[in-house]
Order: sequence, then structure tokens, then C-alpha cells
Amino acid sequence: MIDVHIAKTFPSSGPESKGFHLAVEFEAQPGVTILYGPSGSGKTLTLDAIAGFTRPDSGRILLDDRILFDAGAKFSIPPRDRNCGYVFQSHALFPHMTVAENLAFAAHRLPRLERHRRITELLERFYLSELAGRHPRELSGGQKQRASIARALIAQPRILLFDEPARGLDTELKSDLHDLILELKRTLNIPILLVTHDFDESLALGDRVLIYQDGTIIRRGTPLELLTNPGSTTVAKLVGGFNIYEAEVLALDPARHTSRIRIANQDLQGPHLRGCFKGDRVTLCNRPEDMRLVDRPGDNRIRVTALTATERPQSIRVDFGTHFIADIPRDHWATARETSPIWLHLPPDSLRQL
Amino acid sequence: MATAPPIDWFPLRLSLEVATLATFLSLLVGLGLAWLLTNRNFRGKNAVDALATLPLALPPTVLGYFLLVTLGRDSWIGKLWETMTGSPLVFTWRAAVIASTLHAIPLLFKSSRAALESVDTASERAARSLGGSEWRVFWHVSLPMARRPVLAATALAFARSLGDFGATLMIAGDIPGRTQTAAVAIFDAVESGNTHTARVLVLVVAATTALIVYAANRLERSTGGER
Repeated sequence: MIDVHIAKTFPSSGPESKGFHLAVEFEAQPGVTILYGPSGSGKTLTLDAIAGFTRPDSGRILLDDRILFDAGAKFSIPPRDRNCGYVFQSHALFPHMTVAENLAFAAHRLPRLERHRRITELLERFYLSELAGRHPRELSGGQKQRASIARALIAQPRILLFDEPARGLDTELKSDLHDLILELKRTLNIPILLVTHDFDESLALGDRVLIYQDGTIIRRGTPLELLTNPGSTTVAKLVGGFNIYEAEVLALDPARHTSRIRIANQDLQGPHLRGCFKGDRVTLCNRPEDMRLVDRPGDNRIRVTALTATERPQSIRVDFGTHFIADIPRDHWATARETSPIWLHLPPDSLRQL
Repeated sequence: MATAPPIDWFPLRLSLEVATLATFLSLLVGLGLAWLLTNRNFRGKNAVDALATLPLALPPTVLGYFLLVTLGRDSWIGKLWETMTGSPLVFTWRAAVIASTLHAIPLLFKSSRAALESVDTASERAARSLGGSEWRVFWHVSLPMARRPVLAATALAFARSLGDFGATLMIAGDIPGRTQTAAVAIFDAVESGNTHTARVLVLVVAATTALIVYAANRLERSTGGER
């Protein structure tokens, strides 16, 4: 387990620069913890602080029962002794060494006999045996990725740090990488921290997601929790894909855990709304895949006209204007597009308060 | 027709020996300083940078004068050397090595620093996180990745040492058969009207230097190709 509690300030370096303040605190158990957020929000800086490449101004970092850094005690273990496997976005393979030599560099602290066994084992495990004598420039993107992960694993790290490993990879390589990370999660009982901008990647790999913004963690939870209940407009926008509505509270029914709300001049049944009074304005959201198209009016149905329809892998994304975007199954859309008029059904329990 | 006097090859041999030793020493100091200034933050970093660059900008005679004052028989370094070895430091081949080394250091230091700074930070960080000590990271990762510009600078430093004149003359003197380097011997030969010796030495030094500059340029040009 890793326990991180750190702060670091980069003062403004001129009138153009705002400066930056990182202040994060989290624990990560064995499994994949995703550090998700926009560029410049402090995700990579957190990995760098854990690996020892940057020194926080205050706080403490504990890996299992070992203190890696303690600002109060002015104690910091150098990167070489932290036993963190860092997989860089650029792979950072040494260009003048072969794949085997890259692995051997990482194995130099192991006993001589163990060294050879471990290198051979990892070359085989990552399908690199045939490529052992090649230099990084002779490898494809996926092979470089595997070599850099194999190298990070040589010394049996107690934590793995991935800095945007899928950036720039095509769909097939990304899928291979995801399979590999999931296999590492199953086989290694260590925390894996992974920085990404891609929420689909968070869903595919993450046990837990930390959402970063401006140097702080603004929300944490399982990927599914964040997808179903982002909790704030900022998170909903960061996670992406949500319909976000401004609504007026018409009535509240705490006994039934429901409410009446008005969105885009339509009176609808809404969810239970915390801390609201009649007449308040609230922000709600739902997922495009939670909405359905129907051919007759009824409760929570809004008459709509499709403005645009875009192909998606699993569905058709239809934009009805006024913030209503729905993902409709392809066969359903084939029928619905011929029907007029049509109504969009917003199930009350799909609406979440932000 | 009068036959040309035989050529004394000693100055050329001495120059090559002095340049080899000076290049080796300046490589050690230049690389060490470059590593220090690239990887460490300390007070007086700019002063060290300026001091290491100074020999490049100073007139050779000024540098020679400073050396004469610092290493002369009356200076404490000179006295210490004489006590330890029994012979003075100035006006010996060793003094020529010191003069050439000081002249070559800025070349190596500046180029090595630029080369080390251009090494991919991620590779150095990866090396550290993989258990590499600072020495191991430098020797196995940073230096091999920066080797071409460093080698090019080493070649230029050798050429520079081979032709050192002003500072060498000031501190090592012009003692034939003992401290007379090729550059000084050429000056002497021209002064005394021995044009044959001057021509031969000029030809050999010019050809050697041209070859070295050519090699350095080839190394420089192929710097970016490998990464």
C-alpha cells in the first residue's frame, strides 16, 4: 500500500506565469489506481514525487511500512533505493543498449545467477526473447512499450507507476497494453498508479479513480461511481459525455424520494434533491445512454426533433438540441428516424444532482 | 645547391605528447564540471561557469602571465611542487601541459555541458529509478548518449592543445629539446630564417589539425542520427 500526503509550490516565475500548488493526499491499495485529470493538474508531478524525482515542500510518502519521504524529518530516500517501477510515456529505453542490455542495467543489483534467470524470464514473459539483441530504434511502439515494462519489473518493484502509457498508441496496441496491465494487476500484488486523460481507459483498468484539478484531488471513487454519479459539474465535465441541465425545482416529495423539476420548459419528474427548496435552480446531469426514444407521449417524455446523428461503435449519438444528447441503439434508431413525432424519455433515476 | 638542414622532430613529438596529456586532463576536468553544473544546484554556480570559460576569452599571454604568477618558483604552489619533486614546475614540459589543459578546458566544458543537458531527462530518471547510482547513470547512460558531441569537442580540444603558443611560451619557455613545442618551433624557425623547417612543421601541424577538424565535424553532424 502507498500512502501519499504531499504539497509542493512552484512560485510564479513572471507576470505570464500563475505558479502552481500541488496538495494531494491519498492511499492506494494493490490494484490499479487511476490519476485522471486535465494536463497540468499535478498527476505526473505526484508520480515524480513518489519516485523521488521531485522533492515535495511538505508531507510524507509511505510505501508499505517504509518511509520514502518525510519533510518534517528532512528525510528522503534517493530514487535508486525507492524500488518504484516507473514506466515513462516516452518508454525511456536507453538508445545505445540492446533490449537485453536495458534489462541487464536494471538487474545489476541482483546476485549474478539470479540476474541472468530474471532477465531471461522477463524476456520470455513479454515476448521479447527474439528481440533481445535489438536496439530500441529497431523496435515497434508496442515492442518498446513491452520492453520498458519488462525493464521496470526486473528488480521486483513494490509499486508500478505508469505515466500515460497509452498515449499515441493505436487502438490495437492500446488494447494489448490494457490486457498487459490487467495481467500485471492479477499477478503482482502491488499498487499500480496510472496517469491518464482517457476516462475509457480508467473504466477499463481502474479499481479506483482520483480526479485531479489544479493540483488537488477533487473527487475519488470507483470508475462506475464517477460515471453514474459525478457529484459536481466540474467532475461531470472532466469525465465527459454527460448531458448537463439547468433545472428549476417545482416541488419536492421527500417521502417518495422524488421531485418535480422544469428543464427546457418541460415539467418532469426528478430524483430526490438534497438541500433544495421549491423555486431553487439546480444542475442535473445524465448519461446519453440512459435515454430512450419512444413513439408516444407520457411521463418524463419530451417531444424532440433530431438535429444531427453520428455513428458510434455501439450506438448512434443523436443531438436533439437544448443539451439533449442521446445514444440510441442502431436498430432502434433505424425505426425511430422514420417515425414522427418522436419523444425522448428521461428516466427520473437517470438524473443526478450536481 | 645547399641541402636543407635536417628537421628536428622533437618539437612535434613534444606537441603531440603535451596535447594528448592536456586533452585527457581537460576531458576529465571539463566533463566533471559539466556534470556538476548540469546536475547540481549550488551557490556560486554561475561563478564556476564563468571561471571555467575564462581561459577561452583571455588573451593567451594574459593567461600565461597568471600561470607564471600562480605556479612560478616564488608562488606557494611552485614552492610546494619544488619541495615535493625537487625540480621547478615552470619552464618544463609539465608547464606546457598545464597551459594547454587550461586552454582546452572551456572547449570541453561548454560542449560537454550542452551535450549532457540535451540528454533525455526521462532516460536519466529511468536509470535512477532502476537502481543506478549517480556514477552509473553518468557512465552508462548520460555519457554514452552524449558521446558524439563530447568526442567532437575532445578532437577540437586536441587540435587546440596542439597549436597552443602564447601561454605555453610564457610558462614553459622556448628551450630546444626540452620545452620547445611545434608552435613555438615554427615561430623560432621563421624568426631565424629557417624556412624549410618552418614549412615542414607548418605542413604537418596544419594537416593534422585539418584531419581532426574534419573528424570533429563528422561526429557533430551525426549527433542527432542515433536517438
